[in-house]
Amino acid sequence: MSGYRLSPNAPGGSQIDRSKPLDFTFDGEAYEGFAGDTLASALLASSVDLYGRSFKYHRPRGLLSAGVEEPNALVTLGSGARSEPNTRATVVELFDGLEAKSQNRWPSLGFDVMAVNGLAGPILSAGFYYKTFMGPTAKAWMFYEHFIRKAAGLGAGTKLPDPDRYEEMNAFCDVLVVGSGPAGLMAALTAAGSGARVVLADEQAALGGNLRGSGLSHDLLAKLSAHDGVTLLPRTTVYGYYDDNTLGAVERVADHLPVPAEGQPRERHWTIRAREVVLATGAIERPIVFGDNDKPGVMLADAGRLYVERHGVAPGRQVALFTNNDGAYRSVAALAAAGISIAAIVDARAQISPAARSIADAAGAELLLGQAVTRALGGQQLSGIAVAPYDAAAGTSVGTARTIAADCLLVSGGWTPTIHLASQAGGTARWDETLTAFLPGAAHQPWRAAGACNGSLGTAASLAEGAQAGAEAARACGFASSPVSLPAATDEPLADAPLPVWDARPKGGKGKAFVDLQHDVTASDVALAHREGFRSVEHLKRYTTLGMATDQGKTSNIIGLALMARERQLSIPEVGTTRFRPPYTPVSLGALAGQARGGHFRPTRRTALHDWHIANGAEMVEAGLWLRPRIYRQGNETVEQAYVREARQVRESVGMVDVSTLGKIDVQGPDASEFLNRVYSNGFLKLPEGKARYGLMLREDGFLWDDGTTWRLSETQFLMTTTTANAAPVLSQLEFLLAAVWPEMKVAVTSVTEQWAGMAVSGPKSREVLAAALDGIDMSNEALPFMGVRKGHLNGVPVLVARLSFSGELAYEVYCGAHHGESVWTRILEAGKPFGMIPYGVEALGTLRIEKGHVAGPELDGRTTAEDLGLASMVSTKKPFIGSSMYQREGLTDPARLKLVGFVSAKGDKIRPGAHLVSAGDTASPPKSLGHITSTTYSPALEKYIALGLLEDGPNRIGETLVATYPLKNIDVEVEVVSSHFFDPDGSRMHV
Amino acid sequence: MLIPCPHCGPRELGEFTYGGDATKDRPDPDRATAEDWNDYVFHRDNPRGRHAEYWHHGQGCRLWLKVTRDTVTHKIEGAETVGPAKREGTPS
Repeated sequence: MSGYRLSPNAPGGSQIDRSKPLDFTFDGEAYEGFAGDTLASALLASSVDLYGRSFKYHRPRGLLSAGVEEPNALVTLGSGARSEPNTRATVVELFDGLEAKSQNRWPSLGFDVMAVNGLAGPILSAGFYYKTFMGPTAKAWMFYEHFIRKAAGLGAGTKLPDPDRYEEMNAFCDVLVVGSGPAGLMAALTAAGSGARVVLADEQAALGGNLRGSGLSHDLLAKLSAHDGVTLLPRTTVYGYYDDNTLGAVERVADHLPVPAEGQPRERHWTIRAREVVLATGAIERPIVFGDNDKPGVMLADAGRLYVERHGVAPGRQVALFTNNDGAYRSVAALAAAGISIAAIVDARAQISPAARSIADAAGAELLLGQAVTRALGGQQLSGIAVAPYDAAAGTSVGTARTIAADCLLVSGGWTPTIHLASQAGGTARWDETLTAFLPGAAHQPWRAAGACNGSLGTAASLAEGAQAGAEAARACGFASSPVSLPAATDEPLADAPLPVWDARPKGGKGKAFVDLQHDVTASDVALAHREGFRSVEHLKRYTTLGMATDQGKTSNIIGLALMARERQLSIPEVGTTRFRPPYTPVSLGALAGQARGGHFRPTRRTALHDWHIANGAEMVEAGLWLRPRIYRQGNETVEQAYVREARQVRESVGMVDVSTLGKIDVQGPDASEFLNRVYSNGFLKLPEGKARYGLMLREDGFLWDDGTTWRLSETQFLMTTTTANAAPVLSQLEFLLAAVWPEMKVAVTSVTEQWAGMAVSGPKSREVLAAALDGIDMSNEALPFMGVRKGHLNGVPVLVARLSFSGELAYEVYCGAHHGESVWTRILEAGKPFGMIPYGVEALGTLRIEKGHVAGPELDGRTTAEDLGLASMVSTKKPFIGSSMYQREGLTDPARLKLVGFVSAKGDKIRPGAHLVSAGDTASPPKSLGHITSTTYSPALEKYIALGLLEDGPNRIGETLVATYPLKNIDVEVEVVSSHFFDPDGSRMHV
Repeated sequence: MLIPCPHCGPRELGEFTYGGDATKDRPDPDRATAEDWNDYVFHRDNPRGRHAEYWHHGQGCRLWLKVTRDTVTHKIEGAETVGPAKREGTPS
C-alpha cells in the first residue's frame, strides 16, 4: 500500500481538477479519481500496487512508467463490444464509469496459480518455442500447446463487431512537428512565425510535453494558437514515417469519453504529407537491471516525478532512488518538495555534481555514492532494497550488501532518445558515447531532430534547438526566417550523462533480473542466447523475444544490446541496433480500416438489371465485385430444385440470363484485326464483319488465361468480351502491349463493360421470342447463322444481337445501352410469355455449361493449358501470338498432364468440387491423387450428379471408375470417367 | 510514395499497379530462341539502387509509365509514358 494522493496544499497536481471526482472500477472494485488523472495515477493514488501478471512467469507487476513505454500495467478497458485489451493504464485518461480489468491472471490478480511458471523458469527460458518445435520434443509441442498458449499471453480481444466509427483524414502542411515539448513548441512557433503551415502533433492528452502545466507552455501555446495555418493535434500519435515524407498518425478523438458523442468518430487516422518534418519526440528513461527488479514498487525515476507534478500522487511513503546520473535528482527534488520522505539515494557514481548533492542534502536523504541496488526485497510489493558497493571498472557490485527499507524505488539508468520515426525514415542510428544511447543518424528524407530526441536533454538546449529546427524547416520550404525570441530558461545544472551501469548485480547475484519486463526476458536469457550462438541483434531479438509485444522494447532494447555487448566483449555500437518499424505504439485496426468495413470494404458492382432481379425474387451471389442472380427461387424450393427447374426450362423452352458482368472491351483502329490476331491463340485476321469468334488468350508463359467471344462490328471495330473476373487485367494487358510491345500499331482499346447491358436468351424457343420482340432483324437461320452478329432495334432502342451459345441450345446474346437494359429485358420476357419463358441465374447457367463441357473459371485456374482442356485445336501453329513460344515447352506438352474429362456419380451421390480423384483400391494414406474435381452440378438432362475435373491421362481413362475423395469431410463418392461433352456432343441443338 | 505521372502530375502509389522490370524487351518471335523466351518470361534481376520499372496508372489516365526508381531509397528520378505519346515527368 505505497501510493497516496498528496494534500491539495502540496506542490504538484497540475493536470488534475480536484473539484471533478470520477468513479471507476478496476477488477470490479470501485475507485475514485479526478479529472486529469490517468487510470494509473488514479490507481496509484488509491494505493493499488498490483496492475498485472507477467507474460510467461505470471509474476506480480506494478507501475514502471507514466507513459507509452509501460511494459507492465496493461489492462483491458470496457466490456462487451467496446472491450479493448492491452491498453496501457499509464496513458488511459480517466473518465466517469471507466471499467478496467487486469490481464493474464487466474483466478485473480492477487493469487495466480500460474505463478508456478516462475518455478518452471529454466524450462521457459530463451528459445523455448524453437526448442520445443524442433528435435525430439516436436511431438510434445502438440501436447503442450494448449496449456502454453493459455498460460503465456496478454489480454483477450472481443469477437463482437466494433460499434464505433473511425475517420480518415488527409492533411498537407509545410512543417509537421512531432512532439510538443520545449523543442517541438519552439519549432512549431518559429516555423509558423515564418508563415509556414504547421501541424503540431503530440501523443499526450494535452500539449506541452515535459513542460505540460507550466507557465512557459501556456505562453508558447497561446502564441502558437494566434497563428493562422497552425493545426494543433493533442492525443495524436504519429506512429509511422513513410516514403515521400508521408506520415501516419492516429488521433484518439473520443477514447477519453465513455462513448463517442453522436456523430463523433472514436479515432481519426491522419495521413500527413509534410514538406519538412521536425522530430521532437523526446526520450524515454531506462531502468537498471538488478535482482527481482520487476517487483511492484520499482518505478522509473522520472515517472515518480510526473505522478507528483501532474497528478498530485506520491508513488510511495518511503522512497529510495537508484541512479547513475544527475538528472534523476530532479525527481528527488520534486518528491521532497511535496513532503515525501526520501529513504536513500543510491548512486553508482563515486562523484556527483554540487547541484545534485544539494538536492540530496535538502531532501534529508542518506546519500550512498559508488553503490548499487543489487536486489529488490519483499513479497508481492517492495519492502526494501539490498545495496552493495559498485565497481564501475568491473561493471558489477562487489562486497556485502546492506538492507534499506523502502516501499518505492525510483530507478534511472539514463535516457534513450526516441528515434523510432527517424529510424523508420531510413536514417541509420548513430551511437553517442556520452549519453550511452543511439541518436538519429543522417536524414534521407527532409526531417531534422531537435531536443531530447536529438540528445539535448536540458530545457534551455531543447528550446534553442527547436527554434533552430523550426527556422531551418521553414526556410527549406521557401519561407523567409522571422526570428523568434527564445524564452528565458535557466541552464540545466543537472547533466544527464550517465555512468554506464547495465546490470548492477554481483556475480551470481540472486533473484530474477529482467531486461524486458513485458516479455519476461532476463539477463540470463541474453547470456543463454549468446552461449547458443544467437549473437547478432536480430537473432537475439527473435530468439529471446526481447523487444517484442506492445511496448516494442522501449525500456529494454538498449539494455539487451549492452548485455550482449558484454557477453561478446564488444562495444554497443559494434553489436548494432535493430531498425525500428511502424507503428511506434499500437494502432487499432479500426483506425487503419477507417470507413472501409462491412459493405464499404470494397465497391459493389450492380448490373443495369439489378433492381429488376431483386424485385423479382432473385437471390444474389457475389461474383468478384459484382452481384449476380444466383437463383429465382419459387416457393419452398431448395437451391438445387430451383436451378434444376430453371435449367430444364431452358432446355425445354426458353430462358434468359443477365450476362452484363462479362468484360467488354471496344477495340478500334486500322490495325485492330492484326492486334487481335496477336493477342488470341486462334486466328482473327479473317473474321468477317457481322461475325463473332470464340477466342483463347494465353499468358506469355504459355498457360491458358482467358476466353470469350469477339465480335467484328466493322472493318476497324471489334467488341471483345472477357470473363467477368479478367475484365480489368485483360484491358491492362492490352494497354501494355499497345504501349510497350507494339507501339506502332494503330489501335485504341476502351472498357465498355458498364456501357452495355447484356442478356443471353437461350432455348429452342429463343428464335421465336426474339423474332417477336425485335424490330427489323431477320432471325432465320440463313439470315442470322450461328456466330452471326446483327444490329437492330427493340422498341426503338438500338441493340446488338449475336447468335452465341454457352448453354448448348439455340441461343442469342442481346446487348443494349445500359440505361435501356431493364426495358429491353422486360420486353423480351413479355414476348416469351407464350412459351413460359423464365429468367435464370448463375447456378442454372453453370449447370447448362457443365452439361456441355464448356470451361469456366474453375478450369481456367492458371495451371491449365489449352491442350489440357481439350482446346488444342484453338491454338494456331501458323502464327506467333502471346504465349505461342512457351506453349510448346516440354512441361506443357507432357502427356502425363492432368486433362479435362467428365465424371458421372455412379451411385447417385453428390460430388464435391475440390474432391481429389483416387483409385478405388488405393489404401495408402493419403492415397495418390490422380487429379481433382473442378465443377459439379446435378444434371437435369442426364438426371445424375455430374462433374468436370482434371485427371492424369484423363481421356485414356474414360470408362474407369474412380473415387472422388474429400477427406476433410470424410466423403468418398464413386465416379465414372466420361467425356466432358455430357449432353448433345455434336452440337446439333444450337445449330438449328 | 508519389509517382510523377507525366499526364496527371504527382499521384499517390495506390493509383498505380506495378508492371515489372522495364529493362526487358519482348523477343522478336521470328528470331527468338527458347532461351530468349525463358529469359524474357522468367528471369529478373533484383538490382540494388537505380532501376527502371513499368507502372500502370490504372486509377488515373491509364497510361503505362516507365519509372526510374532507386530500390533502396525509393526515390524516383523521373517517369515517362511508354508508347506512341511519349511525355516526361520529374518528381515534384
